[in-house]
Amino acid sequence: MKKMQIFTAMLLVSIISFAQSDKYTKKMSELISQMDSTYTVDGLNSLSTTFERIGDAEKTQWLPFYYAALTKLNAANIQMAGKMSGNEEVADPAADKGEALLLKALALTKESSETWVIKKMIATVRMMANPMQRYMEYGPKAAEALETAKKMDPNNPRVYILEGQDKFYTPEQFGGSKEEARKLFTKAQELFKGFKPETALHPNWGENTILYFLAQKD
Amino acid sequence: MKKIFTFLLICFAVNGFTQTKISGTVKDNRNKPLRGASISIKDSYDGATSDSLGRFAFTTDEKGLKTIEVGYLSFKTFTKEADLNGTAVLLDVVLKELPNEMTAVTITAGAFEASDKKRVTVLNSIDIVTTASANADITGALKTLPGTQSVGESEGLFVRGGTATESKIFIDGTQVNNFFYTSTPGIASRGRFNPFLFKGTVFSTGGYSALYGQALSSALILESIDLPEQSSADIGISVVGLSGGYQKLDKNKKYSWGASYSLANLALAFKIVPQRPDYYKIPVYNEGDANFRIKTSKNGMLKYYGYFSSGKIGIKNQDIDSLDLKNAFDLNNINTYHNLSYKEKIGTAWKLNAGISFSTNKDAINNELQNSSNQKQIISTPAFYLSKNFGLVNKGKFLQSRIVLERRLPGISALRFGVENSITNEQSEYTAYSGARFQDTLKENLIAGFAETDLYITNDIAAKIGARVEHSQLLDKTNLAPRISLAYKLTAKSQLSLAYGQFFQNPDRRLIPTSFNIGFSKATHYIFQYQKVTKDYTLRSELFYKNYDALYKTAPSFTGNEVAANTNGKGYAKGFELFWRDRKTIKNLDYWFSYSYLDTKRDFNNYPGFLEPSFATKHTASLVMKKFVMKWKTGFNTSYTFATGRPYYNIGTNTVTGKYEVKDQGKTINYNNLSFSLNYLPYLGKPNSKKFMVLVLSLSNVLGNNQVFSYNYSVDGNRKLAVTPPSRRFLFIGCFISLGVDRTENAINNNL
Repeated sequence: MKKMQIFTAMLLVSIISFAQSDKYTKKMSELISQMDSTYTVDGLNSLSTTFERIGDAEKTQWLPFYYAALTKLNAANIQMAGKMSGNEEVADPAADKGEALLLKALALTKESSETWVIKKMIATVRMMANPMQRYMEYGPKAAEALETAKKMDPNNPRVYILEGQDKFYTPEQFGGSKEEARKLFTKAQELFKGFKPETALHPNWGENTILYFLAQKD
Repeated sequence: MKKIFTFLLICFAVNGFTQTKISGTVKDNRNKPLRGASISIKDSYDGATSDSLGRFAFTTDEKGLKTIEVGYLSFKTFTKEADLNGTAVLLDVVLKELPNEMTAVTITAGAFEASDKKRVTVLNSIDIVTTASANADITGALKTLPGTQSVGESEGLFVRGGTATESKIFIDGTQVNNFFYTSTPGIASRGRFNPFLFKGTVFSTGGYSALYGQALSSALILESIDLPEQSSADIGISVVGLSGGYQKLDKNKKYSWGASYSLANLALAFKIVPQRPDYYKIPVYNEGDANFRIKTSKNGMLKYYGYFSSGKIGIKNQDIDSLDLKNAFDLNNINTYHNLSYKEKIGTAWKLNAGISFSTNKDAINNELQNSSNQKQIISTPAFYLSKNFGLVNKGKFLQSRIVLERRLPGISALRFGVENSITNEQSEYTAYSGARFQDTLKENLIAGFAETDLYITNDIAAKIGARVEHSQLLDKTNLAPRISLAYKLTAKSQLSLAYGQFFQNPDRRLIPTSFNIGFSKATHYIFQYQKVTKDYTLRSELFYKNYDALYKTAPSFTGNEVAANTNGKGYAKGFELFWRDRKTIKNLDYWFSYSYLDTKRDFNNYPGFLEPSFATKHTASLVMKKFVMKWKTGFNTSYTFATGRPYYNIGTNTVTGKYEVKDQGKTINYNNLSFSLNYLPYLGKPNSKKFMVLVLSLSNVLGNNQVFSYNYSVDGNRKLAVTPPSRRFLFIGCFISLGVDRTENAINNNL
């Protein structure tokens, strides 16, 4: 009977902890799929704080912090869209927050192509605050981070999506090219076919982004 | 067993069926809703984000005593224990902003800060080099800011009714003597240092920090760059000369070193733009500099900058006392400057800043009276003609060392204190027409101690309280100068500041040595400022009152020079200044406007009483505009300065009373200057380009306005000659190429 008691108690404990990790996976997959269809500033910011809450509660998972940073930076990108200067008040706090979140993630995992992708996005957000004044400082930083991401995993499709976006938005006289951008997006699309994320929760975003850009006319 | 099982079942049931709704608002202490604040139950997934009205609502399955946290950017996180039992929780949270460097009120009274470091600045370093009228000269750009006067006949910053010697310049904390090239009479010279050497500039037009002294009016505080972004080689070709340099950045970004050399020869420039005076010796300057910068730790940096310059110039003007004779002025200059500075963080609370600078300067001047065939003339009647032939050799050495410790106090408050020592050794040798030599030596050892604290009482109220003590061995006197500034944040973008301070200064070199017992001269500043800065525009206005207590009055010494006799001089300056910079209203056009109103009078030097000084005028206004056309990769810059006329005087001795009197006076015509410059950057934005090139064209006084700075009088007072620029316009054309040594590969390898 005593054994039975212990067995039951252990069973219950494992059920609870299984339920806990199941809760994590369930909540994360739910949020990740929400992320793919969220294009509003408030929506993305709210996702970012939700991811951060999960990270803070879990304490050992880096992915929530990774997604919190990603959504925060994307929120800033959307908020700044179309304005070529005077974005400091949006960009700098978002980049600061993104950096802090990435640091939390990097305390739990080592550098990877995906974390360098976030670094590249942080540098770009800072540059977009005022490209005229900040190009000299953050342009090379962004390029460096992207190169490192590429070197660490040449098959990471997100590297080519970001490269394609840069080419897409840079005016032609400054080395931008819609044609080259399209090639990069197509390359990323190819890479997605062979890309297997480590788990269902690991970074696998970007296919929608490619479709959006490939649908754009010149 | 059964009991345990039942208990667990109940637990699950409760967990599953009790939900608590938590809702409310998040606002700041000005009752402004905070959008994007995060509300969470500690150690759970549950929470929400506030909307644009600061509202939030969510339900949670958590139960029992839990901690609710509300966090937002740099605000203090709010926490509250709540018993979650199904009863709705209503929370109206007011978050307090923590004092932090980004949002806290900053003490700005009197100071214009220009740096790349701060995100909101009045001017940054690119602005300095793209100001049309500045010709890439640091002080030239500062002259488009309020508080400065358009004095074209001599170099330096004339701030708020002060002379140029009342403004001192500091590089990495230590004072720089001979910041400007030695000038020839009536022509302002440029600053010696390249604006790209500096990453930060604080230009204080009054009420500056107790860390600096020996300037009655203004302090220009320059901070040199740290490690360069990359290794590069630079070449410059222009109408005034050639330059080349190399900077090497270590691949681990731990240290860098570099050197550059330039040769300036104005022969070509003077051919293109003929000069009014006869430059019988075309200005030629050889200059070299070298630097190293070592990152000694995460926050530590050791920097050295060394500079050498040798130049000569000879200029002839019509002699003012005779119509047919000429005055030939010949100058040879050798200047060296060394600056070594070290900064380091000690532990978590202390910072150390130490610096030492050493400079030498030698001016060898020869002045001759010449006839039309350039032969030396010695005329003894009237006797004053004899003094038109002379030689003068000035040798100066200046050593300054200082150490400043900073202690971090709770929040972002800080306490700073330190000591400083300046040793001056100046030797002059005057050779009269007869060959007789007169020598004098001046030695000064000035010791200063200072302390100041930045107190952030809240995020909205800050005070800077400091004091400085100086002891001069030369004057054998000690002074104590208190300085206080306060700032109060009115709204997120606007603030009020007040500043009060006392400032002391030694006499100018030309007024000493003197046989009279003299002390420091003194000024007291009162400044009131309103400032509003948004990302699109900057508005600042200042009211100031400056009182001069102990200005030097002069008397002739036995050699006939005017030397300091006493400190009975007095003066005041008061005024209003306005600065407006707008980057938004007109698309792609960045412009600023400054206006200064100055009411000043002083009784100093040989003035017989209170006079409006000859370097001051009531109204000065500048408009600076910049437009960069991306399509053409070209920047167009213009600046326009207007100033009302300045007074001029002929002061001489009354033959009966022997006292000084104004024998003649007048006012110059208004000053107008429209300058234009163009920068073309052909490689801008080229991907992976290792070349960077700027083509510069600039033209001063485009409209060809008559500019008269002052008048010189003949000894008999019967003739006056206008002091004008050496040419009506000046044209500069140059090409600067930077060949960057690419470091992408290194960066990648180091990161892996």
